[in-house]
Amino acid sequence: MTAPVRVGLSCVALALCAASLEAQQPIIGLITKTETNPFFVKMKEGAQNAAAANGLKLITGAGKNDGDNAGQVTALENMIAAGAKVVMITVNDSKAIVPAIRKARAKGVVVIALDSPTDPVDAADALYATDNYRAGTLIGQYARAALGGRGPKIVTLDLLPGHPVGAQRHNGFLKGFGLAAPEKANNTLGKPPEVVCMADSYGDQTKGQTGMETCLQKNPDINVVYTINEPTAAGAYKALKAAGKEKGVVLVSVDGGCQGIRDVASGAIAATAQQYPVKMAELGVAAGAAFIKTGRKPAGYTDTGVALIAGQPMAGVESKDVATGMQSCFGRK
Amino acid sequence: MRILRFAQDDSNVLRTLGAVGPLIALLATCVFFATRSDRFLTGDNLSIVLQQVMVVGVIAIGQTLIILTAGVDLSCGTVMALGAIVMTKLAAELGVSVPLAIAAGIGVTTLFGFLNGLLVTRINLPPFIVTLGTLNIAFAITQLYSNAQTVTDLPEAMNALGGTFRVGGTSVVHGVVVMLVLYALAAFVLRETASGRHVYAVGNNPEAARLTGIATPRVILAVYALAGVLYGIAALLSVARTGVGDPNAGQTENLDAITAVVLGGTSLFGGRGTVLGSLVGALIVGVFRNGLTLMGVSSVYQILVTGILVILAVATDQLSRRGAR
Repeated sequence: MTAPVRVGLSCVALALCAASLEAQQPIIGLITKTETNPFFVKMKEGAQNAAAANGLKLITGAGKNDGDNAGQVTALENMIAAGAKVVMITVNDSKAIVPAIRKARAKGVVVIALDSPTDPVDAADALYATDNYRAGTLIGQYARAALGGRGPKIVTLDLLPGHPVGAQRHNGFLKGFGLAAPEKANNTLGKPPEVVCMADSYGDQTKGQTGMETCLQKNPDINVVYTINEPTAAGAYKALKAAGKEKGVVLVSVDGGCQGIRDVASGAIAATAQQYPVKMAELGVAAGAAFIKTGRKPAGYTDTGVALIAGQPMAGVESKDVATGMQSCFGRK
Repeated sequence: MRILRFAQDDSNVLRTLGAVGPLIALLATCVFFATRSDRFLTGDNLSIVLQQVMVVGVIAIGQTLIILTAGVDLSCGTVMALGAIVMTKLAAELGVSVPLAIAAGIGVTTLFGFLNGLLVTRINLPPFIVTLGTLNIAFAITQLYSNAQTVTDLPEAMNALGGTFRVGGTSVVHGVVVMLVLYALAAFVLRETASGRHVYAVGNNPEAARLTGIATPRVILAVYALAGVLYGIAALLSVARTGVGDPNAGQTENLDAITAVVLGGTSLFGGRGTVLGSLVGALIVGVFRNGLTLMGVSSVYQILVTGILVILAVATDQLSRRGAR
């Protein structure tokens, strides 16, 4: 144990002569689920610009992989140690992060959830996120219209068991399609008889492809595919194409990434519900800046909007075209 | 034999570097961050770094013991997560008393350590493969048993080690003391007792150890089981730290614990190294992560630097071995 003690003492000695190089701008933190996902890269970019415009210094952190709660707790502690007054976070685990957020708030730090709610929602000061139920409803309405008079045989490629975002999109889709659907607050996946096959994709292209392949084995006459996000949709399309079934199937998704919009343009995906990570970041930073200036804390849920982007518009369903979708997409344009 | 080994030590500059290198690296890191941020060298911040390494630190003690015998344990973090789920679920959902629930959690992790040890010693399977298998088994059991749901609303007593006490103006987490005491104990046993020296002997040369009358398989089995106990204690610390039972915990610790051991100068070929080195190794990673955040630099750079340091550490060890021959 002598080693660390010695190091500690040397550190202290050095501190006495160490000059502070830190700028005295107020600090705002952003913790994303991972460092690499284009959605969060775009969010970070938006936060960086908004912070600069508000005269704040942005520091960022992330979990090491999707689902890494301990990494986010560590990042949160370090940001508070760095003097952050406001921390925005896209939580990896809606429940597991709650005690750490409570501790941060007890120290007077304002915690703003972006993109994904905490469980309970009021564990964070405020939430800026997509209304995922509405995102699902939009693509459900579109799929119903695009299918025309045919009887629906639906596949759903979902997120993972027990995830609220996955449940809201799935159930919203059913509702929009005009099927029996659980309400928004319900986190169990609805399964009316029109849904002939369900698989968990974990939002991953490879798993989406595997799920679609399995469902095609089970029901070769599928005509509607709902996917949790665009990478999953890309995997599903690959499986459909390999089976020669890509023509008669309406494939819908959620996200609005640039690759996803390109897939809408090429016709692989019929329509997608686009969400806006930059807007989440901008609103979060603005609320943080207001708190630092005036002491007024942000509160409640703010819908950051969602728009249906479709290759072919359908009568009675409001949608925007691919060019509009490309303008506000995230990822490589 | 001991005298002979030390004589070799002194003749070899690289080996000396292997021993003090980690400390120099930690020191240099501290100096660097101290000049970059005036928040780095505060009592509160250093206390935060310690609490952030306490879980991986305790796991790394078990990992050090195993690596000293020329083994490795890939399952350490996942086994810890299983222990955490068992103790939290028993206490929060099944109404088992807290001490009993904790004992059950540690019991499960010990069982896994024992199982690893049995497979390594009785069937002579390579530790890498055995623990790759138990990693997956422990992960699956954790997900099935918890239904992939985080366990919340734990009894207060379960989080006791996450509470703090004050030293001067600094609040220190109880779990940090647990970690430091465990390190002191492990260092003492390894250095001063016959069982401790046996661990080194087995890792250095199992055949020679056997010929001098050491029950090699029994030493290895004991080391794996003891590592299991330590993973159980780490599970309790992780529960106390996050305040929940998290079925996805531990996945980064599987490799982070090995990283700490290697950064601390312990040889992956067995027989050489110190347990305190692993604490230094864990601290290097923790200080980087903390310091970079204080500077406002993305913590990805910590991962980059860790990778470079790991290769440096292993290269130093390998070169020193070549020199010794």
